Amino acid sequence: MHWFILKRLLVVPFMLFIFSIISFVLIQAPPGDFLTSYIAELTQGGSSVDQAQIDALRQTYGLDRPMVEQYFTWIGRMLQGDLGVSLEWNRANSELIGERLLLTLLLTTFSLLFTWAVAIPIGIISATRKYSLVDYVFTVLNYIGLATPNFLLALVLMWIAFDRFGLSVTGLFSPEFAQAPWSWARVADLMSHIWLPMIVLGVAGTAQIARVVRANLLDELGKPYSEMARAKGLPEWKLVLKYPTRVAIAPVVSTLGWYFPQLLSGGVVVSVVMSLPTIGPLLLRALVGQDMYLAGVIILLFSVLTVIGTLVSDILLAVLDPRIRMDGA
Amino acid sequence: MQQTPTAPDAGATAPDPARRFERVGEPILSIRGLKTHFTMDEGVVRAVDGVSFDLHAGEVVGVVGESGCGKSITMKSVLRLVQKPGRIVAGEIIYRRPASGKHKALEVDLAKLPEAGRRIRQIRGGDIALIPQEPMASFSPLHSIGSQIVEAILLHQDVSKREAKEIAIEKLREVGMPSPEQRFDAYSWQLSGGLRQRAIIAMALSCNPAILVADEPTTAIDVTTQAQVLELLKQLQREHGSSIVFITHDLGVIAQLADHVVVMYLGRVMEQGPVHDIFHRPRHPYTRALLQSVPSLHAEPRIQLPTVAGSIPHPLQRPTGCPFHPRCPDAMPGRCDVAMPALYAAPGGSPVACFLHHDHEEADDG
Repeated sequence: MHWFILKRLLVVPFMLFIFSIISFVLIQAPPGDFLTSYIAELTQGGSSVDQAQIDALRQTYGLDRPMVEQYFTWIGRMLQGDLGVSLEWNRANSELIGERLLLTLLLTTFSLLFTWAVAIPIGIISATRKYSLVDYVFTVLNYIGLATPNFLLALVLMWIAFDRFGLSVTGLFSPEFAQAPWSWARVADLMSHIWLPMIVLGVAGTAQIARVVRANLLDELGKPYSEMARAKGLPEWKLVLKYPTRVAIAPVVSTLGWYFPQLLSGGVVVSVVMSLPTIGPLLLRALVGQDMYLAGVIILLFSVLTVIGTLVSDILLAVLDPRIRMDGA
Repeated sequence: MQQTPTAPDAGATAPDPARRFERVGEPILSIRGLKTHFTMDEGVVRAVDGVSFDLHAGEVVGVVGESGCGKSITMKSVLRLVQKPGRIVAGEIIYRRPASGKHKALEVDLAKLPEAGRRIRQIRGGDIALIPQEPMASFSPLHSIGSQIVEAILLHQDVSKREAKEIAIEKLREVGMPSPEQRFDAYSWQLSGGLRQRAIIAMALSCNPAILVADEPTTAIDVTTQAQVLELLKQLQREHGSSIVFITHDLGVIAQLADHVVVMYLGRVMEQGPVHDIFHRPRHPYTRALLQSVPSLHAEPRIQLPTVAGSIPHPLQRPTGCPFHPRCPDAMPGRCDVAMPALYAAPGGSPVACFLHHDHEEADDG
């Protein structure tokens, strides 16, 4: 097991290196650079642009250097913990990202846990009561959940919460806490706001995962080892949870790696609709404004999260399945 | 354990004449008129359609027939393991447990018990244990074999976890598992086919069941290992005097192990009787056809092996009358294709369902 984890860990730096190159190429890909859009903005505002001034800026930001050199300057600074400066905001990227990243991670983790906590039991119930009324009800609900765009769900839930319960449900904080330093009261306030976006973000995934669990469990329930467990005299529910479910949730666990970034990017529209101070809208703006270093840092962070997610899912899979664990030993 | 294993059917097409089993007293298991049907969109598959036979304490009953003749479903019905859309629609499965030690005597109709209830669960594994067809897939790959055997023991015996582990290791040793202490923690996929089958047998024996149901336990393993597993089962049967229902399509295995033989075809019993009678005086044309298709060392070499003519009909297109008549060399037109012969025993004989031997018709109940 230790060997298994160590081997996985050794791959991480290599993967991050690849991802950093891809991130950099991606943010460089659109024609022009930050200055092009900056000039366009200035010209639109009626100010004249001095070519000398532009050249000076270009030099300051190193934009006149070859790509490879720019990359190494950028990655070199990142390694020293300097995430660079946002060209658009004129503030340190770390400052811009800091709390947003924390809140985003929190919201994503909550959504994921919500999804699993709802989807896995639904999948198990549907599979063990195949073609029963319960199964059909869940199937219909699943399709509705899958087909409803989550920003629409966000709007509907916000309206219900506001209209019926008089709750202010935009953002993750009440106004008085939005800029306040961290305190227990602020955490409590966060918790009272986070559940709605958690549900909104989690619902689509719930439907998907419930289908996966149902299909896998149906396969496993027919396997001889399930019948053997029954022939031993094990009670049905205990048997289902102990044997086939453990196999059936493996695919769910293994998707953890890409589920994370999917939630991050999928949440952009929801974040805009619900004005959540998460990282999605920041990325969107950075991309529109060609604020390339900010965008680059965020994309790289997503990559890091993907790598971490994959690592966590690999370890969880190894815990679930001895064949994976021992293969690495 | 034999050092030079022999194939189970090499020249062993006749049972050992020294082996005789005298049936006395009441049977430990009586199946009467059992019908297990599968209701599907396309129609009703009558997988088991009126099966009756007995198992006495200490006896080995061999249930034989081609694939798809309802052998496995019969025994799954006994354990109440038939999955939907299968259902027991008629019949009795009387299990009589003699009083022993802490257990009181018991007589219960298993067909009437609720499928997932506590009573049938106590009987499953505790009183009637299954040795399944596929040793490869019958252990969960995610749990060690030891933990799965211990689980069975804890379900049926009032012992601590530590004692259960000791019992499990003892059983593994008993079935000839080399270094059982280490193998206890092994996963099934780390074991060879033969060792897996031994581990399965150890699990089945772990609660000292009154009846063992062995569902083609040697089909999925190679011939050499088959011989070893059969030898093991024979030896365990001798030592414990177990009552075993042995399902197989291999008459060689039947000759080696069984005291009493039940020949099944399309969910019905065609003929049954003591193993010597079945092998030396087969009466039903189906039994004869089966016996002729077994290769023998004494036969002339390079002759074409006779097979049972034709093939099993589609389960939804059962022939009228006797289900075997389209393949039967002795079928009597106007008789066998019209009425179903009852499984009838003439005085002093064993039951056979064939109009060549009696005139009793089965009452047609649909």
